[in-house]
Amino acid sequence: MGLFDLFRSRPKNTAKLAKERLLIIVAQERGTEKGPDYLPLLKRELLEVIRKYVNVDPDAVMVNVQREGDQEVLELSVTLPDKE
Amino acid sequence: MGEIIVVTSGKGGVGKTTTSASLACGFAKRGKKTAVVDFDIGLRNLDLIMGCERRVVYDFVNVINGDCSLKQALIKDKRFDNLSVLAASQTKDKDALTQEGVAKVIDDLKAEFDIVICDSPAGIERGAFYAMYFADRAVVVVNPEVSSVRDSDRVLGIMSSKSRRAEQGQSPVKEHLLLTRYSPERVEKGDMMSVADVEEILGVKVIGVIPEAPEVLSASNSGVPVILDETADAGQAYADAVARLLGEDRPLRFTEPRRKGFFQRMFGG
Ligand SMILES: Nc1ncnc2c1ncn2[C@@H]1O[C@H](COP(=O)(O)OP(=O)(O)O)[C@@H](O)[C@H]1O
Ligand SMILES: [Mg+2]
Repeated sequence: MGLFDLFRSRPKNTAKLAKERLLIIVAQERGTEKGPDYLPLLKRELLEVIRKYVNVDPDAVMVNVQREGDQEVLELSVTLPDKE
Repeated sequence: MGEIIVVTSGKGGVGKTTTSASLACGFAKRGKKTAVVDFDIGLRNLDLIMGCERRVVYDFVNVINGDCSLKQALIKDKRFDNLSVLAASQTKDKDALTQEGVAKVIDDLKAEFDIVICDSPAGIERGAFYAMYFADRAVVVVNPEVSSVRDSDRVLGIMSSKSRRAEQGQSPVKEHLLLTRYSPERVEKGDMMSVADVEEILGVKVIGVIPEAPEVLSASNSGVPVILDETADAGQAYADAVARLLGEDRPLRFTEPRRKGFFQRMFGG
């Protein structure tokens, strides 16, 4: 290996990156897919209410139903816009 | 009663029709009475890949509309007398497939054949939905590439909640992945996801791995499904997949880079 090879950046392992991204997005989409039927509507109405107070993006509201043992937990997260 | 196998994927151009044609020939060759049905209404293509395009008289929608009998619409394969093709209609009418219509055709095919292969169109619309709705088994064709993997997950999700088996509370559709256009060299270099990666992300096992191979295009060009090219890696990989679907145990092949032989190393190649 020549001296200059030390400085050359190694090609990224993009397959690994693809896998990591997919594991995340697939887990997220499965969460919403299996949720109860009212979930999309609930999400839309929540968004409308939140938007009365803060101007958030349409995708700022995340609603998930998670199973924990024999309980179902409704998980709600709202990303607020950055303060200018 | 025959078994209904859907070949699906969500994403287009991943190899569903190529796979449907090869699996159909493979099952027929193994002695199963087989029918293969093109659900891609408006974009008929399976007939070309099977090499029977000039013998299409009636199609799937004709049968549903009662223009002809199912028997009249089934095209007998010239190579295997236990293999028949039902062509898609070229109508632009989105509503040509009705649930009762498809159900009747599927149930009639099921009574007559051992294996019924449903070649799904891309997407998750009507044609794709009916192709998977009646399935006993699903072969989800996936390329080792981000959008294909994600779409496969969507399709698996829909199948597990919306199929006839799910709705009627029967045992779930048996799911398999078929990884196609696989390039072991690129996997080794780290720029293509591996068999294990895709299995882990989707949580489903592969029933076969088909390498990226030039013979697939030559096969389509000549209307002879690639499984009938016994010298081609892709053909052998499809034959293995058929054997596994029939319950045989076969190790995966063509998933490691080809090591160059002595002469190739000496003289290039
Ligand atoms: N293993 C493979 N190696 C090389 N090319 C392939 C392979 N499988 C499919 N193809 C090519 O990919 C294209 C799309 O295949 P097709 O079976 O029509 O996909 P789909 O039905 O999913 O839209 C075709 O041109 C076909 O020849
Ligand atoms: Mg197709």
